[in-house]
Amino acid sequence: MLAKKTLARKGTPDGRAEDRRDALGISGLSLAVGTGERAIPLLADVTVRVGRGETVGLVGESGSGKSLTARAALGMLPRGARATGGVTVADVDVLAAGRRQLRDLRRTRASMIFQDPRASINPVRRIGDYLTEGLRARGVPARAAAERARDLLDQVGIRDPKGAMRRFPHEFSGGMLQRVVIAGALSTEPELLLADEPTTALDVTTQAEVVGLLKDMQRVHGTGMLFVTHDLDLAAAICDRVYVMYAGRIVEEAASASLFAAPAHPYTRALLEASPSVHGEKAEIKAITGRPRALAESPSGCSFRDRCPLAGDECAGTVPAHRPHGTSLVACVRPEQVTP
Amino acid sequence: MKRTLADRNRKRTFAGWIGKRALGGVLTVLLASILIYGALRLAPGDPVLAMTGGRRLTPDQVEALRHRYGLDQGFMQGYLAWIGDALRLDFGTSMNYQTSVTSLITNRLGVSGVLILYSAVLAIVFGFAVALASAVKGGLVNRVAGIVAAVTTATPTFVSAIGLLALFSVGLGWFPATGAGTGLADRLWHLTLPAVAMAIVAFGVLARVGNAAFAEELRREHVEVARSRGVSTAAVIRRHVVRNALAPILTIIGLLFASLFVGTAVVETAFGLDGVGSLLVSSVSRRDFPVVQGIALIAVLLFVVVNTLVDLAMPFIDPRVTVGGPGR
Amino acid sequence: MTLTIPALRARSAKRRRRRPLIVSLAVAFLILVAAMGLLAPVLAPHSPDATSLLNSLLPPGAEGHWLGTDSTGRDVLSRIMYGARLSLLAPLGVVLLSGLLGTAIGLLAARAGGWADAVLSRGMDIVFAFPSMLLAMLVVAVFGPGLTAPICALAVSYTPFVGRVVRSVAIQEGTRPYMESYRVMGFGELWVTLRHLLPNVVPVLVAQSTLAFGYALVDLAALSYLGLGVRPPDADWGSMISQARSAILQGEPWSGLLPGLVVLLTVVSVNVLGEHIGGSIGRKQSEGA
Repeated sequence: MLAKKTLARKGTPDGRAEDRRDALGISGLSLAVGTGERAIPLLADVTVRVGRGETVGLVGESGSGKSLTARAALGMLPRGARATGGVTVADVDVLAAGRRQLRDLRRTRASMIFQDPRASINPVRRIGDYLTEGLRARGVPARAAAERARDLLDQVGIRDPKGAMRRFPHEFSGGMLQRVVIAGALSTEPELLLADEPTTALDVTTQAEVVGLLKDMQRVHGTGMLFVTHDLDLAAAICDRVYVMYAGRIVEEAASASLFAAPAHPYTRALLEASPSVHGEKAEIKAITGRPRALAESPSGCSFRDRCPLAGDECAGTVPAHRPHGTSLVACVRPEQVTP
Repeated sequence: MKRTLADRNRKRTFAGWIGKRALGGVLTVLLASILIYGALRLAPGDPVLAMTGGRRLTPDQVEALRHRYGLDQGFMQGYLAWIGDALRLDFGTSMNYQTSVTSLITNRLGVSGVLILYSAVLAIVFGFAVALASAVKGGLVNRVAGIVAAVTTATPTFVSAIGLLALFSVGLGWFPATGAGTGLADRLWHLTLPAVAMAIVAFGVLARVGNAAFAEELRREHVEVARSRGVSTAAVIRRHVVRNALAPILTIIGLLFASLFVGTAVVETAFGLDGVGSLLVSSVSRRDFPVVQGIALIAVLLFVVVNTLVDLAMPFIDPRVTVGGPGR
Repeated sequence: MTLTIPALRARSAKRRRRRPLIVSLAVAFLILVAAMGLLAPVLAPHSPDATSLLNSLLPPGAEGHWLGTDSTGRDVLSRIMYGARLSLLAPLGVVLLSGLLGTAIGLLAARAGGWADAVLSRGMDIVFAFPSMLLAMLVVAVFGPGLTAPICALAVSYTPFVGRVVRSVAIQEGTRPYMESYRVMGFGELWVTLRHLLPNVVPVLVAQSTLAFGYALVDLAALSYLGLGVRPPDADWGSMISQARSAILQGEPWSGLLPGLVVLLTVVSVNVLGEHIGGSIGRKQSEGA
């Protein structure tokens, strides 16, 4: 175990090309709750890859399964759920891992940052307790853990780290708490950071600060990051690549740079047009007709076809396979009608 | 520099808050004591005749009694004399036993005290265990525990007392039916059935309240966060679930002490134990007022003290409880 | 957990909305017990007071005595039927009185506000701190055994149990805009309170009163068990159990256990019903919001 870990640390953070191991590799992941007739599918054939030190966005509306996907990376499946496909985090097969292996994975390889920092930290325990919990679980002595926690608090820009350790969560603002959460997530030196809407619960002004901090910390620590958000603009701004998710499926994968110029999936384009963006030439905002679907209630064939302006008969037959179009990988039969 | 000032302010509001709570408790006991004393004056006809319950007394004896209980004085004077004595632990003399009420009570505290503590330990240990197990396991365990808790909550103490008596002492002969025993082991053996009978309702209430509290805490996001960090299940439950559910559970334990005290009256009567509870029952039926008043006052005092202590413990259990907030 | 999956939630909501079987069973049992009490003269196979020393302590299932007889040969079934009358009527009295008092105090506190609210609320806190059984025993000591005094004492004791909830609902409802508009239209405070606030309070009043009925039944039966409640020749379930004490020690527990079982089942049924009513109010409110 230990030997493996030191080996892993040898790869340079930014040397993506020569490192064969991805921080996160999800391939063909399907998830369902229940069995037989009453089974409710939640995810279908989800493939997501995060290289070492890479920032990858996972974008979708609520209910699209993006949080489920992020949690699956830590082996945190809904109660009674069955998963097929593959999930590996730094060479650990998550779906096959036992309790102990999963625990070790969460203690050393991967950390998660949740949406609401106020809900993420136990309100009756001190900040220092929260920060050292992950390290202590791994067996780091109390004193060393506290020292490391103070150092991290300093790094994320909390003044008077020593005093902050003794404070309770309700004495901090939301933005400050999210800094604490980030420090806590990085305390175990993970190779993979899963950020599940880390700025949604914050004020707009603090959002930018926290995102900036997250990027800085990720760069300094060389951590791969899966950034889950419903905000396509934000994802495109900070990520290297972006996956767009709809109704439990990945509908498009593209480099952030090309996403605005050339969306390949009608849903991606609809998302771009629906957001009050400063990037587009048109000031007009178009809402997407209908409401977002979960996988269980989506139509046959392409899940998006009941809301898609371009849908035709051929969309109803089978789920469209992913195919390259421009620089994207898209699950649509006629991407040339979206962006030629 | 700034922080020491803030700390000092916090300390001052904390002292004020403690004072407020304590004052509330004192006020409750004060009003309860007026009620307990006043009850005697409420009695239809001459209170002394009510007190003596038909025993024949000479006019001199009646006059002596009237003087002794301050009935020849105004209400306030009589009350002040009575409460003044009570504060010095002098509750007067029993009409029935012709001895001091204080010695009557203290002689029986051994039985009732052990009984209350014994049943409290049983109720807390088993109630806590069932609540935690059912909340964590869920499913069938939770359903069965829910039914058990609903039934035990609704089981009157006298029903459990006769049920246990019929089954375990008369039927199976495992436990004695009467008496309190001598020496610690023998006493615990004698008091096991009575303690279980008393603990049953408290167990049910704790199992339900605890289950709800644990289940609520288990759903919290910080529990999931702790799991996502690879903290072991046992540590998650101890540090995040049990720790956070402590406040409502402690509150209910405080309230349950009142029902345990009342339980001693029933259980000591059912199992023929000579304790404070059975003394209260026999004194009520003999209208031995000084004894009833003494026990009632002590009971209210204990109940208020326990619940005020629970209140005062809250800011230490949950730092979000604002000490400076309105005292309610 | 924090991840909600709508499809799963819809399924469990459906299961919850149907009235559970246990509630129907509870209602059926309560109707049965009430009918036994009401129709005791018609239904009872024997006079509840007819003693027969030859037939004393018969076990359940004996010929002519389905549930056996007690130590003086009285028919247990008939005594349970007649006992239901006092056992159910007395707590009903407690609930009616405390409901009336609690509603009046709760509404008054909510509408008056200010120092009146503070005094009334503090008063309810103090009454709440006084264990109900202790108050009942105190009045028995003053007025002697019997049910009237304990019924009044328990009614006072349970008033905060009703009053606190009525007060909070009334305060909540009083802040709704329509209340203000009535006042602007010139309707009197009393009229608005009785006509519009009271109906909103009724559901919680019913729920709390149902639960209070169960508590009062247990308290009063316990008083009778201790010999401080009903006086012979009247009998309720509590006094039946009390009279079976020597029989239990002789190893003939049935004349005590059977009325005990009836008390237990009645209280369980009342609690199930009360919690169901309370729960459905909570659901309706959360759905309406």
